[in-house]
Amino acid sequence: MKTIFDHSVPGRVSPHQQKTETDSDGYIPKELGRSTTPDLPRVGELDVVRHFTRLSRLNFGVDSNFYPLGSCTMKYNPKFMEQAAALHGFTDLHPLLPQLKGAGLYTQGALQVIYELEDLLCRITGMDAYTLQPMAGAHGELTGAMLMAAYHKNKGNDKTALIVPDSAHGTNPSSAAIAGYDVLTVKSRDGIIDPAAIREVLDRRVAGIMMTCPNTLGLFETHLSEIVDLIHSVDGLLYYDGANLNAILGRMLPGEAGFDVVHLNLHKTFGTPHGSGGPGSGPVGVNKKLEPFLPVSRVVRLEDGQFFLKYDYPDSIGYIAPFYGNFGVMLKAYAYILRLGREGLLRVSENAVLSANYLRKRLEDHLHIPYNRMCMHEFVASAVRQARKGVRAVDIAKALLDKGHYAPTVYFPLIVKECLMIEPTETESKETLDTFIDDLVDILVRVESDPEEIRRSPRSTPVSRLDEVLAARSMQLCT
Amino acid sequence: MPYIPHTPDQQRQMLEVIGLGAMDELFQDVPGSLRATSFDLPPGKSEMEVFSFIRQLSWRNSTGLKSFLGAGFYDHYIPAAAPAIVSRSEFYTAYTPYQAEASQGSLQALFEYQSAMCRLLDMEYSNASVYDGGTAIYEAMMMAVRHTRRRKIIISGDLSPIYQHMLKCYTKNLRLELIIIDQSSGLPVMDSLTSALDHDCAALIVQNPNFFGNIYDYAPIFARCRDLSIVSIISVYPLLQSILKTPGQMGADIAVAEGQCLGLPLNFGGPYLGIMTCAGHLIRQMPGRIVGKTRDSEGKEGYVLTLQAREQHIRREKATSNICSNQSLCALQALAYVCLAGPEGLQSTARKCVELAHYAAEKLTAVEGVALLNHAPFGNEFALSLPMNAYELIGELVQKGFVPGFPLGRYYQGMDNCLLMACTEKITRQDIGVLAELIRGMVRGD
Repeated sequence: MKTIFDHSVPGRVSPHQQKTETDSDGYIPKELGRSTTPDLPRVGELDVVRHFTRLSRLNFGVDSNFYPLGSCTMKYNPKFMEQAAALHGFTDLHPLLPQLKGAGLYTQGALQVIYELEDLLCRITGMDAYTLQPMAGAHGELTGAMLMAAYHKNKGNDKTALIVPDSAHGTNPSSAAIAGYDVLTVKSRDGIIDPAAIREVLDRRVAGIMMTCPNTLGLFETHLSEIVDLIHSVDGLLYYDGANLNAILGRMLPGEAGFDVVHLNLHKTFGTPHGSGGPGSGPVGVNKKLEPFLPVSRVVRLEDGQFFLKYDYPDSIGYIAPFYGNFGVMLKAYAYILRLGREGLLRVSENAVLSANYLRKRLEDHLHIPYNRMCMHEFVASAVRQARKGVRAVDIAKALLDKGHYAPTVYFPLIVKECLMIEPTETESKETLDTFIDDLVDILVRVESDPEEIRRSPRSTPVSRLDEVLAARSMQLCT
Repeated sequence: MPYIPHTPDQQRQMLEVIGLGAMDELFQDVPGSLRATSFDLPPGKSEMEVFSFIRQLSWRNSTGLKSFLGAGFYDHYIPAAAPAIVSRSEFYTAYTPYQAEASQGSLQALFEYQSAMCRLLDMEYSNASVYDGGTAIYEAMMMAVRHTRRRKIIISGDLSPIYQHMLKCYTKNLRLELIIIDQSSGLPVMDSLTSALDHDCAALIVQNPNFFGNIYDYAPIFARCRDLSIVSIISVYPLLQSILKTPGQMGADIAVAEGQCLGLPLNFGGPYLGIMTCAGHLIRQMPGRIVGKTRDSEGKEGYVLTLQAREQHIRREKATSNICSNQSLCALQALAYVCLAGPEGLQSTARKCVELAHYAAEKLTAVEGVALLNHAPFGNEFALSLPMNAYELIGELVQKGFVPGFPLGRYYQGMDNCLLMACTEKITRQDIGVLAELIRGMVRGD
């Protein structure tokens, strides 16, 4: 499809031009000015609207297609949350207002949202305090790892390494490294962490462990209590990666279970849209041990009920964001939690786990499921049998696109060959799940009869299989 | 339950397929000792109740203030078509385009965003966004550290102090040496910056216009960086960039920006947009998602995420960054804004803001005791020195419905009487006139 640059016509005038009153070019000395007009599209408003409307129709989204992308929790994004986040009383607010004398009064509604969302997240995860500043899950991980580092530094602990299981999220090792830690990878056994493997690497230099529970195989870490004791025995800290919190909402509170730091993904568990890859929001919760180190600023409530920003935390790690985080995203998650309430959130985890296990059982005769036991909100299947026929996980993924379903996460986690990680979420109906099963089984049957046809998929998408090697080699990254 | 479609009958059927008798058994893997002892949350509410509660909260925020507050974040007009475009749910309910064939809309839009940013900043390559302007500077700095394998960073003191705080926080555990070259009065400190450069430096970080609104040409100091193999990093104001000498013309290696001014609402601090562009030789150090053009099996043009060997899910702890989710939808909105405005629209908006700022400076400096902090050229923002405390002055004026700007004393020692003032196209000459009179009255002690 043509790019917006191809639609440009010299001389076409945008309706969004400003009239100036003087020859205002004179204000910028010539040597500091731009010598050429930037070569950007000259198009009309309808050109722009039509171009992007056409582009949008080339996409699969949750509103148009089942999106069983494992570990991403692609649940339905209720529309009223968009409406709430678009209220001008919020969108027009300058973030520096509450730092000005007397202007904090004009941001009380926004500060209350932050204060109350922090409180709700504390209750949902059993933690003592939150920062909402991290702008995505990985940003939360980094913040969490920095909080752990600050704790150890404060105590004079000489800690240099973080344990990251091989079943953890891909961002975990990278976040740990950026926080200045060496990464100790431990192998899982039978799909979960083996305390013996922890014991092998555990010594005084271990700062803690980053765990995802349930893990990326969709399995609950049943040895969790033992791991908590082991890590705490060297004054290490336990980090809970909340990517999979949807599975255990209201069933286990990470804080009660022994975790010291938690990050959540509001765009996964709390129904805020994924936006083609952001903006997300990755709040970090801590227990009392780590609270003094939280980033500034923090919202506090005064005795008279007023909210204000406090910066006076001498042990704080400082600024991890310019302001208070992706406020627009928080507002949606706040609306979501208020809407569902206690009962609603309990039903979320229950039905997410129900749907995942239903899919797993209905597919177990057709696909290899390496850890075929009760799973939580997702499970990992493997196309190893199909691979012998020359049909790989990626081919099955593409064939699913032809059936009108987005594909599961493929080739992650790295510990299962030819894997397809499937997460249905609680918002998909049984009818949708059954259609998905029928379509997937049909593909798997055709792998036997006509593997070549599956390898040629997708055929019904706007483009057929794209050449990734060519993209990396030709490096056409802009026009 | 809202948004959960299973009927009790269907739940029973599904449990039967799984081989369970009751919903509770779904959690059999969670040991009793780890089960939640409480889940103390309020009961759910109807959509109408929640929406009306949140609307009431929004009324507790006042947006009727006439504001001259900027400091890196600006209240520009947003054409209605920009949010309308990103409200297409095919964009906002999709995720990172892992399955390219089913995500061509997002991928092409991000490719066009990358192209637009390269053209606006006059640089070779762009990524598909990072979280915000501050993380963009941090990521640029880390690109320089990896590229040069050096550990010293020279930072101009007129880089946004908010971003300076972020850099200090991010580098606490990284054994990097950050040297902040103090400035006074917001005047250029090119000499001190130049003399701080040596063969141990990984990067020089500057901002244009700087935090005080002043505009410079960094070409000479970037040339010096090139001689010493130091990576030059510049943070810019993308809307003004349509009329200012470009990072490319100045010879910058990396140009980054906060993209909020390109059609994103202030939104109490986010979501915003971190723009990152670089010169060709640094592309493999670039963090985050990058979209590239390719062909499908029939030779038709299409787009994919590319150069993924840099990224966290492949390289784990050796990745260029841990970033995964970025700000795609914000990038799309910025692209829509740039297209709706067109090059002349961007330039005319930038000029209008600059014109208003100069009008404001003229009116305000006509008040006795009020003067420009320095006489360097400025764009749409400038620093004033006042005959009174700026923080107190703001407190008084807020009560009269005006936010006159940002008190520089908040971040700079000895600047308690200094006010940073910005104009956007939303301000009128009349607003400026009223504000000048109010300040005149306060100076006189009325």
